[in-house]
Amino acid sequence: MNEGYIPILFMLALATAFCVVVVILSRLVGKRQDSSEKLMAYECGNIPTGNARQRFPIKFYIIAMLFIVFDIEAMFLYPWAVIYKSLKLFGLIEMVLFVGILLIGFIYIWKKGALEWGSRNI
Amino acid sequence: MSLLAIGIALAKAVIVFVCLLLCVAYSTWLERKVLGHMQVRCGPLRVGWYGLLQPIADGIKLFFKEDIVVSGANKFLYILSPMIVMIAACASIAVVPFGDYIDVFGQKIYLRVADVDIGVLYIFALSSLSVYGITLAGWSSNSKYALLGGLRASAQMISYELATGLSIIGVLMHAGSLRPTDIVAGQDIWYIVKQPIGFLIFVICAFAECNRSPFDLPEAENELVPGFHVEYSSMKFALFFMAEYAHMIVVSALAATLFLGGWRGPVLPGIVWFMLKVFAMMFFFIWIRATYPRFRYDQLMKFGWKVLFPVALLNIVVTGIGMVIWG
Repeated sequence: MNEGYIPILFMLALATAFCVVVVILSRLVGKRQDSSEKLMAYECGNIPTGNARQRFPIKFYIIAMLFIVFDIEAMFLYPWAVIYKSLKLFGLIEMVLFVGILLIGFIYIWKKGALEWGSRNI
Repeated sequence: MSLLAIGIALAKAVIVFVCLLLCVAYSTWLERKVLGHMQVRCGPLRVGWYGLLQPIADGIKLFFKEDIVVSGANKFLYILSPMIVMIAACASIAVVPFGDYIDVFGQKIYLRVADVDIGVLYIFALSSLSVYGITLAGWSSNSKYALLGGLRASAQMISYELATGLSIIGVLMHAGSLRPTDIVAGQDIWYIVKQPIGFLIFVICAFAECNRSPFDLPEAENELVPGFHVEYSSMKFALFFMAEYAHMIVVSALAATLFLGGWRGPVLPGIVWFMLKVFAMMFFFIWIRATYPRFRYDQLMKFGWKVLFPVALLNIVVTGIGMVIWG
């Protein structure tokens, strides 16, 4: 195992311990007086109607899918960027080609209207 | 790894974590104070000298508040999600270098918790994790406001994460490394000079990723109540609240490390320079909040995808061409 990561493990453990302890303590210390009205979901004082987990616009799914595609492509640029200095002109040409292909996809989704948020497209 | 090294690493982790919590507490004070003065008010004044004990009083108050689990909530995820957000925000400070090193009893102690070769990637990975916390918080609390806020927040955060990821590639090309210490070492001239567009995109995205004004759509108070954390109370709410400020501190520290020369600076010791830069960024965050109104949601998404993303790509190409021509 790489020793450089052990301090990160400490940090994660500390943060986790802090969160757990704080939540449990506040549960024990705070006064509690439950009533069914108090535990209702907040809807500006009205009695909530129906389940909150309803259908929502498909736009959010589209954004999530686009994000995955483009984020993976962005991740491919990271190792390239780190060794760019030694790649010189070859690296530049490769990258322009790669970004070009990425841009074609980007223009396609733009023209398709996947990035519009008007009421028509939802 | 020797026992001494483990002990030092543990001590550093504890100190950094406690300092981070203190900074979080006092940045809430700073925010209220600065906002107050910008709006010709005084801000907190009564608790302690100049309101300095206010964050502590707030913390104690939140501790003794009633802890509510809404009916119909998915209990496990409901409790887990604020923890995810807080852990992700706190643990990412681990790779940021605060200074060079100090001598303690002849032992060289480097002022960073961990020095890993993929430090920048690690910060981005962890900050993506906090999106899970926010989405799950919105979904699990069985409230329509919370669900809408959670959806908005996650869509906004992933959209701007894309541009953030691309905006720092210019810096990585100059530095030739993902290790934060190497990036600091490479900055004889601050990278903000070589990468002004990258810095601009990074800062805009930082605002959006921390859900700060003018991109505070997820918690738009006057349309969504507080958004994804509307059903949270007591310390679970406090964890969200603290995570927001911790995230701001981490992003400021990252901006200082990547673009503003990290801990490097003349005369004063490194750690002082670092804190100055971080708090200058924090002040900038607050200043913008006092200055600009909120975006509309379609404007926000349009800006992220149709302006920031192509500009960030273009920035990479221009940087690449520039580096080939001028070496």
